Amino acid sequence: MIHARIQVNEDDWREAIDNLASGNATLLGLWADGSDVMMALSRGDSDVSVLGYTCRDGHFPSVGAKHPPAIRLERAIGSLFGLQADGAPDTRPWLDLGFWDVSHPLGTHAAAPPAAPYQFLPVEGEGLHEIAVGPVHAGIIEPGHFRFTANGEHVVRLEQRLGYVHKGIESLMQGASLDHAAKLAGRTSGDSTVAYAYAFALAAETALRIEAPPRAVSLRALMAELERLANHLGDIGAICNDAAFALMLAHMGVLRERTLRAADACFGHRLMRDVIVPGGVARDIAPDGIAALRTLLATIRDAFPRLKELYENTASLQDRTVATGVVKAEYARQFGAGGYVGRASGRAYDARRALRYAPYDVLSFDVPVLAAGDVNARVWIRILEVEQSLALIEQIIARLPDGPLATPIDAKGQREGLAMTEAFRGDVLVWLRLDDAGRVARCHLRDASWFQWPLLETAIEGNIVADFPLCNKSFNCSYSGHDL
Amino acid sequence: MRKTLLDSLHGPLTEAPPPPHEAALQELAESVNRAARARLGRSLSIRQVDAGSCNGCELEIHALSNAFYDLERFGLRFVASPRHADVLMVTGPVTKNMREALERTYHATPDPKWVVAVGACAVDGGLFAGSYAVEGGVKNVVPVDLHIPGCPPNPRQLLAGLLALLHKTS
Repeated sequence: MIHARIQVNEDDWREAIDNLASGNATLLGLWADGSDVMMALSRGDSDVSVLGYTCRDGHFPSVGAKHPPAIRLERAIGSLFGLQADGAPDTRPWLDLGFWDVSHPLGTHAAAPPAAPYQFLPVEGEGLHEIAVGPVHAGIIEPGHFRFTANGEHVVRLEQRLGYVHKGIESLMQGASLDHAAKLAGRTSGDSTVAYAYAFALAAETALRIEAPPRAVSLRALMAELERLANHLGDIGAICNDAAFALMLAHMGVLRERTLRAADACFGHRLMRDVIVPGGVARDIAPDGIAALRTLLATIRDAFPRLKELYENTASLQDRTVATGVVKAEYARQFGAGGYVGRASGRAYDARRALRYAPYDVLSFDVPVLAAGDVNARVWIRILEVEQSLALIEQIIARLPDGPLATPIDAKGQREGLAMTEAFRGDVLVWLRLDDAGRVARCHLRDASWFQWPLLETAIEGNIVADFPLCNKSFNCSYSGHDL
Repeated sequence: MRKTLLDSLHGPLTEAPPPPHEAALQELAESVNRAARARLGRSLSIRQVDAGSCNGCELEIHALSNAFYDLERFGLRFVASPRHADVLMVTGPVTKNMREALERTYHATPDPKWVVAVGACAVDGGLFAGSYAVEGGVKNVVPVDLHIPGCPPNPRQLLAGLLALLHKTS
């Protein structure tokens, strides 16, 4: 159940912070809208509320002071809006790397002062040295900066600096039509284009108090599972490749390619971009799409068990993945880490299960959970979820309802909506406020990576530098989804 | 079991390449000179730089290395450093936060070199054009020899563009 926004006073805001700090509630998001700061949190898994607090002279009581998962979110609010978190433990800018012409682009929009040099947190001790990596990395991956402090081969500490791919998506959304904003949402993180368009559409439909017709509801879930399948297959291969086991990448690359080709045959685009729109879907599945999907399911079900066995029985690979990059269960819970990062560390959260958004309320699937928290566990969650997605696709195409593809949109009056969907890497949250004309007044998109990136810093501690690519790939956090 | 898994990758999957892209050949006609062709032969090393992409282009660039497209059979390969590269393949609208890193990468790449801008954003900023945070296209930051549009371009389109480059440089 997702409740409508409640505007709270300072006492209630502080009480919410205490609930987060004591573990009675989980932080789902923290963002700003004009001079309001907004907090989404859940009690249990399925009871989601949104609190709004109006800042006094641009100040609000810091959440991060008592609840560390909020620290980067507050730093981003500071950089984008100029609102200040009183008592915050870290007030350095975030996302703003000092290259913009404006400061606080979503707030006061003032001319930017000369940027001060960024201070990484000091690490002191005998025999320590720093390794600076990025923003341009060695592989075909997104840019970010990693500052390692190492003692010999062992990583003592990692500090990330992100924001290199900040495109100003939330600023471009302001004043945009719903259709245009949906396209922007679908370009927040390309690997999750379906999950973002899906969450954006659900948030818009909540705001407009409409529902997509049954056929569109089913087609959306079909695309979401195809996206999950393609990404998990790609990730399993890429993680093994980072442990120098290229054979798995070659095979998973073939299965991923077949999945994308089936998606293309069904929806006319390999990544299924811009198919989900507010109100429904922009186009129907192609007439021969179902047959393409049945062939795909048969192919993967034939090949996958042998590859699973190969993963399990290759000692050199297990030697790299088992006990490497452990995320403590306590951190996964505290940070509300979603996706395989959380589920490999005992946090049994999946937005499809927790929020039971249609059609997942009537589909049958398991949410695999493991306790070890290492690279191996994150690989296994993906392996098990590949099998779940295959079963889900089968169920969806077996009972695809007939009927219209979209519900007409008749937008009038100021409205808000919040929605979450489960992307392959974890929950995506979209909060949306529409103006009188039905255009986007403010939209906030929160990737699962916000609560996973900080855990990567903890997971690498005590591991050797050479295992960082392996740990990083096992997280596969989104840079673009985080940087916006 | 490993033997069967290895065997199954051979032969049937790899597909015939698409013809070099016509528009790309035209765009390249002016930029590739004879001396450079002689020096490089039929082998090009590519360094990919994400300058603000949503990561969609990277997914399809990765796909070029799978068994269906098998990029390396054409003498094209991805390298880890710009210092080893002949070609910079740049994606994204070039965020202000990546401008300096892209310029430095460009200057670290030895001459002769070519820049291939991949994706709708790399052409003119795409949907992100006009944002305070982007430069609005790769050509606004470094000289571009070839554009491969698409959101994202699929692996066949990428391959057709790269084959045009190979055609012109050899």
